[in-house]
Amino acid sequence: MREWIFASSSDAAAARGTAAARGGLPGWVKPLVFALAMVPLARLFVLGFTDSLGANPVEFVTRSTGAWALIMLCATLAVTPLRRLTGWNPLIRLRRMLGLFSFFYAALHFAIFLWLEHWFDMVALFDDVLQRPFVTLGFVALLLMVPLALTSNQAMIRRLGRNWQALHRLVYVIAALAVLHFWWHKAGKNDIGEPLMYGAAIALLLLARLLPSGRRR
Amino acid sequence: MQIRIRSPHEPQLSEVTPRAVYGRRREILRAGAAGLAWAGSGMAAAQAAGGSAGILRRPDAVPAAGQLSPLDATTSPLSTGEPATPYRDVTTYNNFSEFGTDKDDPARNAGSLKVRPWTVVVEGEVARARMFGIDELLKLAPLEERIYRLRCVEGWSMVIPWIGYPLSALIRQVQPTGNAKYIEFDTLADPKQMPGLRSSVLAWPYTEGLRLDEANHPLTLLTLGLYGETLPNQNGAPVRIVVPWKYGFKSGKSIVRIRFVEKQPVTSWNRTAPQEYGFYSNVNPRVAHPRWSQATERRIGEDGFLQRKRPTLMFNGYADQVASLYAGMDLRKQF
Repeated sequence: MREWIFASSSDAAAARGTAAARGGLPGWVKPLVFALAMVPLARLFVLGFTDSLGANPVEFVTRSTGAWALIMLCATLAVTPLRRLTGWNPLIRLRRMLGLFSFFYAALHFAIFLWLEHWFDMVALFDDVLQRPFVTLGFVALLLMVPLALTSNQAMIRRLGRNWQALHRLVYVIAALAVLHFWWHKAGKNDIGEPLMYGAAIALLLLARLLPSGRRR
Repeated sequence: MQIRIRSPHEPQLSEVTPRAVYGRRREILRAGAAGLAWAGSGMAAAQAAGGSAGILRRPDAVPAAGQLSPLDATTSPLSTGEPATPYRDVTTYNNFSEFGTDKDDPARNAGSLKVRPWTVVVEGEVARARMFGIDELLKLAPLEERIYRLRCVEGWSMVIPWIGYPLSALIRQVQPTGNAKYIEFDTLADPKQMPGLRSSVLAWPYTEGLRLDEANHPLTLLTLGLYGETLPNQNGAPVRIVVPWKYGFKSGKSIVRIRFVEKQPVTSWNRTAPQEYGFYSNVNPRVAHPRWSQATERRIGEDGFLQRKRPTLMFNGYADQVASLYAGMDLRKQF
């Protein structure tokens, strides 16, 4: 059962960067994906310097970085299904970078909240985190991302071995929390179209893992 | 004659930049960057933005949805001396769910609203129920410019030069009976003109309400214009209500019906999320919204990127005038 749910052996091998995964990814792909993943941040700077962030710039950058954290998370979760679908294993080499970009945008999202919303007023911040469930969910999701980011390098993957994969399954919890965080933020207005979209995308990506993989090696 | 008593927390007039200059500071900054002299551009801006009768006029280059006509009004002593929020922000950052849920949706979509002919039905517990045409409403009482703070429940605020007159002038016309304890007012709900009605964000029509003494309070404004002109569609054309000491959603837009009733009305937001939006919804920094604190606010167009939010004032700074309406009430329970 483990075999077909998580395709664990091949995933772990790929993540460890063994020969199976090393070959095949052209050298320009990673820099290109890196550059593309920086575009949302670059856009905020361009809009900021041209006074085009709208009437409420802080709200704009908060929402933008939050949305991009979710999008990067979806991209991260899409790697494995895509790899199975296409049979193109080198895709796995993009997963760490996409995951780290999700963490990067989530951390920016939080930094903006901490700085521009609360001005490092820790009392006000923890009031929000403790009293407002939607903030709590986002905060927990970010906290859970920290160990994943810290253990994303080759050395940690080798050191943690089998535990690495168990730890990194936290990404499913993080995804659920992130969507709930967004949903709750929008819920007061009954305006749940967007959170539903992300929720459906993530549910689909998780379901795709339950299907037995077509190609067996 | 009204004597204006300035609250201690309001800035003195001498502290603020002249509005005409302030309202166009972005343009002025850009002009400065282009190498133009500050003084020259400031004077030009002041000439362009300053009206003859002290009424704030919008800068001409900024478009607005709908056909706007100039309105003549006298400056009301009930106005705040704080600098008005730039016209562009007032008319592009709006909550008007009938035209979409994003802040820029109303400015983009409200062009389809037909504001003439327009009638407002006034009915219910009144001796003289009747209908008012928009032209009649424009002439019912002398128009005043009231520069009010507007505090949105979402934690941002603006300062808007509204034009209108006290709602009490309209109420007098219809003579409420002894049974009239509350008024409720409906926003137009026409799916042909309002694309947002297709969504189930709220139960349409958008309904808001006030206690009769709140409705009769001199600050409660039947509003027909802003920045020296008739209302842009996205701001609730052609006629809306403005209650400056309550969160913005209490100030219904594009009003077509006012009903005088005996029982406290069920308002749209109250029906949708009763734990989040109470009937009174007075601005109150000490009563948090379940999803965020209400202690501070960001003044749109003014509290820039790297500025702290400012403290929110009890009753949005109108406590001296309205606190007595709520004497003896527990404002945590009656939020």
